[in-house]
Amino acid sequence: MNELSTPETDPTHSWLVRLWRAFIHGREVNGPDRIFRIVTAVFAATAIVTLGAMAWIMFKESIPAMKQFGWRFISGVDWDPVQDSFGALPYIFGTVVSSLLALVLAVPVALGIAIYLAELAPTWLRRPLGFLVELLAAIPSVIYGLWGVFVLSPWLRDSIQPFFAKAFGWTPFFEGTPRGFGMMAGVLILAIMILPTIASVSRDVLEAVPNSIREGALALGTTRWEMVRKAVLPCAKSGVVGAVILGLGRALGETMAVTMVIGNRADISFSLFSPSHTLASVLANEYAEASGDIYHASLMEIA
Amino acid sequence: MENFRWRKNKDILARWLCLGMVVLAIVPLASVLFDLTIKGFGGLNWAFFTEMPKPVGESGGGMANAFAGSAILVGLSCAFGIPVGVLGGVYLAEFGENALGKAVRFAADVMSGVPSITVGIFVYTVIVLSMRRFSAIAGGVALAILMLPTVMRTTEELLRLVPDTLREAGLALGIPKWRVILGVVLRTGAPGIATGIMLAVARAAGETAPLLFTAFGSNFLALKLDQPVGSLPVQIYTYAVSPYEEWHRQAWAAALSLVLLVLILNILARVLTRQPGKQGR
Amino acid sequence: MNMLRVALLSTVLCSLGLQAQTVIQGAGATFPYPLYSKWISEYRKVNPQVNINYQSIGSGGGIKQITERTVDFGATDAPMSGSEMAKVKGTLYHIPMTLGAVVVAYNVPGVSAGLKLTPETLAGIFLGQITTWNDPKLASQNPGVKLPASPITVAYRTDGSGTTAVFTEYLAKVSVDWKSKVGAGKSVKFPVGLGAKGNEGVTGMVKSTPGAIGYLEMAYAKQNNLAVAAIRNKNGKFVVPTPEGVTSAATGNDIPNDLYLSITDGSGAKDYPISSFSYILVYQDQQDGTKGKVLADFLWWATHDGQKFAAALDYAPLPTKDMLPKIEAKLRTLKAAGQQLLKK
Repeated sequence: MNELSTPETDPTHSWLVRLWRAFIHGREVNGPDRIFRIVTAVFAATAIVTLGAMAWIMFKESIPAMKQFGWRFISGVDWDPVQDSFGALPYIFGTVVSSLLALVLAVPVALGIAIYLAELAPTWLRRPLGFLVELLAAIPSVIYGLWGVFVLSPWLRDSIQPFFAKAFGWTPFFEGTPRGFGMMAGVLILAIMILPTIASVSRDVLEAVPNSIREGALALGTTRWEMVRKAVLPCAKSGVVGAVILGLGRALGETMAVTMVIGNRADISFSLFSPSHTLASVLANEYAEASGDIYHASLMEIA
Repeated sequence: MENFRWRKNKDILARWLCLGMVVLAIVPLASVLFDLTIKGFGGLNWAFFTEMPKPVGESGGGMANAFAGSAILVGLSCAFGIPVGVLGGVYLAEFGENALGKAVRFAADVMSGVPSITVGIFVYTVIVLSMRRFSAIAGGVALAILMLPTVMRTTEELLRLVPDTLREAGLALGIPKWRVILGVVLRTGAPGIATGIMLAVARAAGETAPLLFTAFGSNFLALKLDQPVGSLPVQIYTYAVSPYEEWHRQAWAAALSLVLLVLILNILARVLTRQPGKQGR
Repeated sequence: MNMLRVALLSTVLCSLGLQAQTVIQGAGATFPYPLYSKWISEYRKVNPQVNINYQSIGSGGGIKQITERTVDFGATDAPMSGSEMAKVKGTLYHIPMTLGAVVVAYNVPGVSAGLKLTPETLAGIFLGQITTWNDPKLASQNPGVKLPASPITVAYRTDGSGTTAVFTEYLAKVSVDWKSKVGAGKSVKFPVGLGAKGNEGVTGMVKSTPGAIGYLEMAYAKQNNLAVAAIRNKNGKFVVPTPEGVTSAATGNDIPNDLYLSITDGSGAKDYPISSFSYILVYQDQQDGTKGKVLADFLWWATHDGQKFAAALDYAPLPTKDMLPKIEAKLRTLKAAGQQLLKK
């Protein structure tokens, strides 16, 4: 940032030594400055300490489960507290599948919105619409869950799923009894939740693309769409990918809304109607009451 | 070269497609807001804000416990999270071009990706078990951990936007560096930082998962910091999965108030900085 | 930095507020929650200085939290197992507070009442062997009931639950298949069905899902107008769950000194077979004298005056004859710093 700070670049020392040096040494001429720098450094280091402590505790508490199950923990399909046998595959499966499906649904829509807001919409519409999208990104997940329980899943059960069951009942994806709660509801809720996040970040990225690029493309005689497709999007590619990853991260870690609608059952099934479970939702459901040691440790490993 | 008319049509098609996507997205999102308003509005009345919950299955009562609890939790998380976040951000921006700065930035980025429920479990293990009770403090710490990365990185980014000439002018007047940073640099960046904080607070106010094992829940007005407290999001969750109509009605009302709260914070943040489009997540 | 100042100020103000109140924290079973919340609100009328915060997080949660002493009392329906007791430091009492029935509630369109189940068919349904409502086994026991050809959706508890423990204990007693394939416990691996959290969650699921069947506490079924099945007891009679059936199941047993006993699958003619006590867990040695005294007073009140609220909420009052004196004796031994807490 400014010339007063010292970049510690001496390659002969290990990173730990460099970390310590960065902490202690500066180029201050007087005491108060040094104290100030060290105080702020301590606050900054809180982030590292907290993260380290978090990682350490999760690791320590899950040791019993790792010892007992090893890799089987990841590949096992059994989650049976009576027998003290735990395998997390159903949860991993539920988490990954629900998040990926939600991405598949949300990404095209979110990109469409971002492009519309950044490139196509009339100027008077951009700000209010953009604000609305950002606002939706800020709505707490428990509220999406509430909506999912009372509006989305009854609707799915009564109108959407019977239709799919009739039309595509012969495929493994739509077998079983439509119950509303289940994978389909979970995926839809996740998609709706991550949509504003992806859309608003990608819009920011698109807006950051310099106007000269747009002007250059238009000057070559492209249509508006070709300009977006061939000039703006390639420029913004890495940022858009970042937005998608951010959405994926939110979907993977999302707890409440999914817990409320997914049906909470540890099975691997290809049907969109069947109840499922995610890593985060099993934590919300079972953490507070896991009474056996191994049970507890297994949950910790999930975390 | 493709046929010009075909290219023109493709352009029009793509525009309509994008507009279609906007409409497609607005339908469920508008439905969320619509249901929220319709179902929540009926439950809003004076008693809802001032009374305690009634025993299970009896009608009436309100959620004063949850409102008070949420206020306490948000206040606590600000008290813990803001000083640490802002000063940490100052370090990153002013002194952070070294190994420690890099490590902190990395840690903050990882932390913002940690699922909130994991934070809840961490705080349960560290604070709840050692204090031997669920408490508002534990809930506040959990929320503060969630706020920390956002506040830290926003502060850093905004301080970097403060031109170096301001720092140099201050130093040239013989003011010690720490006073330049606090009095000049931080003050210049303050509106932007306040925006970041508002957004982080809005996010924290709506978090449910980390509170399940930390602030726990309470059905009466608990105002002591070492006791469990209720909170709006947890109350919404408990009421929503319950089988009682009365509770469902109250859950909607609580959800509406929570959204309004978040909305107000967001608008405040917007008013503080006229700079559009800096939200991030 | 104004925000910071406001935050700090409000923090300080909050910590000053309401010092005179005594606050007791409890957590555990969802099974007796309707009754406990009624007690808490009634007890506040008797003693306004006392706040009792009871969170219904499931019996497993109650046991875990009282073991780690994060709450002042826990609550469970199923007595703690030997391995759970082994982790407790100190003497933990089981105090019976009330009795209730686990009912089998169903949501079958067109069948608003009158379903009869034998132990075998009940186990068959929850094992996933009987999958449609018009299965011959069901139909033969229910002549005159028009059962549809729709599939059965089983609803069960995902959290560690005393209700599950009572229900599975009963099934394990009556079905060899169940005992070997699933077993009994607070969390078991159900072969079929949908999971929900808490009695509240299962009730909600049965209510909102046509074709569903689930097990839940009687009060939840009554409050939500769910149809409940009559179960055939050991005596060969079909018994509809009522508080009387539960009382009948609880009488005539020898009460052991540790106060816990199983009353499922009773042999009396009127016994409802899936009945259970519900317990509050307290340490004999209370760490905080003031709180301990308040807690002991509350437990005394609940086991005496509080019992009259039970029937209205479909719980059965404690048997007064041989049980109550033993509970009283136990409550009198509660102490803090060597001092007896109750002066009764």
